[in-house]
Amino acid sequence: MTNNTAIELRNLTKTFGKVVANKNISLSVNKGEILSVLGENGSGKTTLMNMIAGIYFPDEGQIFVDGKEVSITSPKHAYDLKIGMIHQHFKLVDIFNAVENIVLGIDEGSYNLKAATAKIKETCDKYGFEIDFSKKIYEMSVSEKQTVEIVKVLYRGADILILDEPTAVLTPQEIDKLFNVLRKMRDDGKAIIIITHKLYEVLEISDRIAVLRKGEYIGTVNTADANESMLTEMMVGEKISLNIQRSEPVNPTERLTVKNVNCYNRDGAKILDNISFSAYSGEILGIAGISGSGQRELLEAIAGLQKIHDGDIVYNNPKTGKSDNLRDKTPMQIRELGVRLSFVPEDRLGMGLVGNMDITDNMMLRSYRKGHSMFLKRKEPKDLAEKIIKDLQVVTPDTKTPVRRLSGGNVQKVLVGREIASSPTVLMAAYPVRGLDINSSYTIYNLLNGQKEKGVAVIFVGEDLDVLIELCDRILVISGGKVTGILDGRTAKKEEIGLLMTKKTNGDGGER
Amino acid sequence: MIASFIQRAVMQGIPLLFGSTGEIITEKSGNLNLGIPGVMYVGGISGVIGAFMYEQSFEDKADMNPFLAVLIPLLCCVFGSLVMGLIYSFLTTTLRANQNVTGLALTTFGTGFGNFFGGSLIKITNSDIPSITLSSTSAYFSKTLPFADNLGWVGQVFFSYSFLAYFAIILALFVSFVLKRTRVGLNLRAVGENPATADAAGIKVILNKYAATCIGSVIAGLGGLYYVMDYADGVWSNDGFGDRGWLAIALVIFALWKPKFSILGSILFGGLFIVHNYIPNIDVSTQEIFKMLPYAVTILVLVIVSARKKKEHQPPQSLGVTYFREER
Repeated sequence: MTNNTAIELRNLTKTFGKVVANKNISLSVNKGEILSVLGENGSGKTTLMNMIAGIYFPDEGQIFVDGKEVSITSPKHAYDLKIGMIHQHFKLVDIFNAVENIVLGIDEGSYNLKAATAKIKETCDKYGFEIDFSKKIYEMSVSEKQTVEIVKVLYRGADILILDEPTAVLTPQEIDKLFNVLRKMRDDGKAIIIITHKLYEVLEISDRIAVLRKGEYIGTVNTADANESMLTEMMVGEKISLNIQRSEPVNPTERLTVKNVNCYNRDGAKILDNISFSAYSGEILGIAGISGSGQRELLEAIAGLQKIHDGDIVYNNPKTGKSDNLRDKTPMQIRELGVRLSFVPEDRLGMGLVGNMDITDNMMLRSYRKGHSMFLKRKEPKDLAEKIIKDLQVVTPDTKTPVRRLSGGNVQKVLVGREIASSPTVLMAAYPVRGLDINSSYTIYNLLNGQKEKGVAVIFVGEDLDVLIELCDRILVISGGKVTGILDGRTAKKEEIGLLMTKKTNGDGGER
Repeated sequence: MIASFIQRAVMQGIPLLFGSTGEIITEKSGNLNLGIPGVMYVGGISGVIGAFMYEQSFEDKADMNPFLAVLIPLLCCVFGSLVMGLIYSFLTTTLRANQNVTGLALTTFGTGFGNFFGGSLIKITNSDIPSITLSSTSAYFSKTLPFADNLGWVGQVFFSYSFLAYFAIILALFVSFVLKRTRVGLNLRAVGENPATADAAGIKVILNKYAATCIGSVIAGLGGLYYVMDYADGVWSNDGFGDRGWLAIALVIFALWKPKFSILGSILFGGLFIVHNYIPNIDVSTQEIFKMLPYAVTILVLVIVSARKKKEHQPPQSLGVTYFREER
């Protein structure tokens, strides 16, 4: 270790319950250097940074600051060590103004906001920031809020800055501005760690790049020696051979056609940008993309949960042979039309199941409208619950156990089992294997394959590119709310998908 | 008559002012303490127990030391309400229990606690009527400014109150100042708005929540003491405190979480609460409708504030939410 090392991590490990978020991670950052930490979603980047910032406490391993071993017990302690973190979800109090937010938690003698304002202005001038001191945080744009966050950290005299996905919400112009500021701070001798999964940004801004994959440290390369395909390979890993039986689609017919769909979120930002594709019966259509690129919104739009600004979603009913436009129909209307979409939400307990209710009751959530008696018939849902437990090997004491007490994999099986039981013609599944072990994952893959063979059009949103390539017949890649490519699952290369996932699109989802 | 109405309205309002000032401090830390009615009840009965013990130790009540006669009930009241605040903090902050359930449980507990000890004291005195009278202690508590009687209506409206009443108003102004103009206040508001942000900024979230809840409870408890010793002239009867605890919580909303507004609000609420006594020829059921007025006004304020949607007039953002740093 040289004197030039600002912070060094040795063998850091952090687990949440059974999930290993970080495993034996070692890396170091020098003064006057920008280090990028690169990795897919869920690779443990944020967890690692939170340990440096004192939000999480590591289970194992050591942290050295300026060559001395430290044990960072709280965010305050991190500040005392001159470590400042700019969180992805800004840590600002909405109803305070910039100055109040910046001085928050600092004890510097008398409480004088005017003097503090003058001092903050000095910092701003030094690095070329602009802050409107009369505005409250809730009146500010995302970029303004980020500026306040950065100034807050600098004002506290941080020498080690951590930025968690700072560019995710910025426009290209704002990103350029941010990068100029970062370079200025680097030249000022500060150590900067920037987390991102956008390859072109990594190559543009950083001096060195550390790559994490699935909670493990893969390696560090000098940016000068790196290129996109090499980084992609480090990020997504070597090809692991999976054994998913993929049958040829039998007699595919167009079941669902999405035409030029545009959607806006509550803030008026475009989340789906001119999306068009078709889903065929008897095939699995995979959707790949960095989390938050619009996958969730796309599925919600089809399920009738997301308002569509313009565009059409045409559903070809296999029974009647008629075509129906799903646009602007409520989920219930979609059901009444005979259009059956089964939806496995990303947040399986939040949207799919009621945690405090048992398996039988959760089955009834889908069937309560059946029958005409004012009393509920519990027999059928109970039989269904028992069938799912038996068929999918759900580990549970009985059908009366609250779903919340089951492990993640078993919850997932119950949810997928219920959705499949309604014999859908289109089955949409978002991240159905998130947090599951290999065996449970394979049960789910086999279920999806079984549906495909029955002639269901399956739409599968996944994170693991290996699985997408093995499982899906076609893979649609989405980036920043746009379709950047539709590939054949049998011939697609992981690197190819990776590049399409990070492909810079106009606006990048952040433009209004 | 107007002067006496205002005087009674203020005296009626002071317990509410104590309660709402305490609850504002508590809510600013993000803790929604619905146990305030119970806390005020416990504050009252603790003071009564202290005063009762002290009075009983004298054959001739004239021998009582005026200083101790005030200090003992005061300390008992502070202790009783502090324990209530600690129970609430421990359950919601340390054990992360649901705030609403905990608060309601404390209200039920506090009322029962008060009625149990109130009933016991009444039994000890072998009194014919279901109340205890602590007129000697009350006399010290309700001492007014000496020159008030000579100033006519001015004296009656402005100077005819006891030291606790003035203390309530000064305290409300002081709390306003602390919340708005000091670092302690800034930190506390940050904890209630966004504990994760406060934590990341190095503020001790747990400590702030405990301190605010306990201090808030003590202040609210004083409202119970004031009610018994001054407003009710030292007469404790079970359930005599009535709905004042809930009115205090309504007042917090009415005052938009600003103690200085609750000074005026408490007098208004106090006035609305007793206005039926000043309207001639109305029957009992009509009186009850008048007693509803403070709540009606609170609803009206809520409607107006919600319609205006100004962020500063909303409750603290994390009100009622338990905080755990490593939550994912």
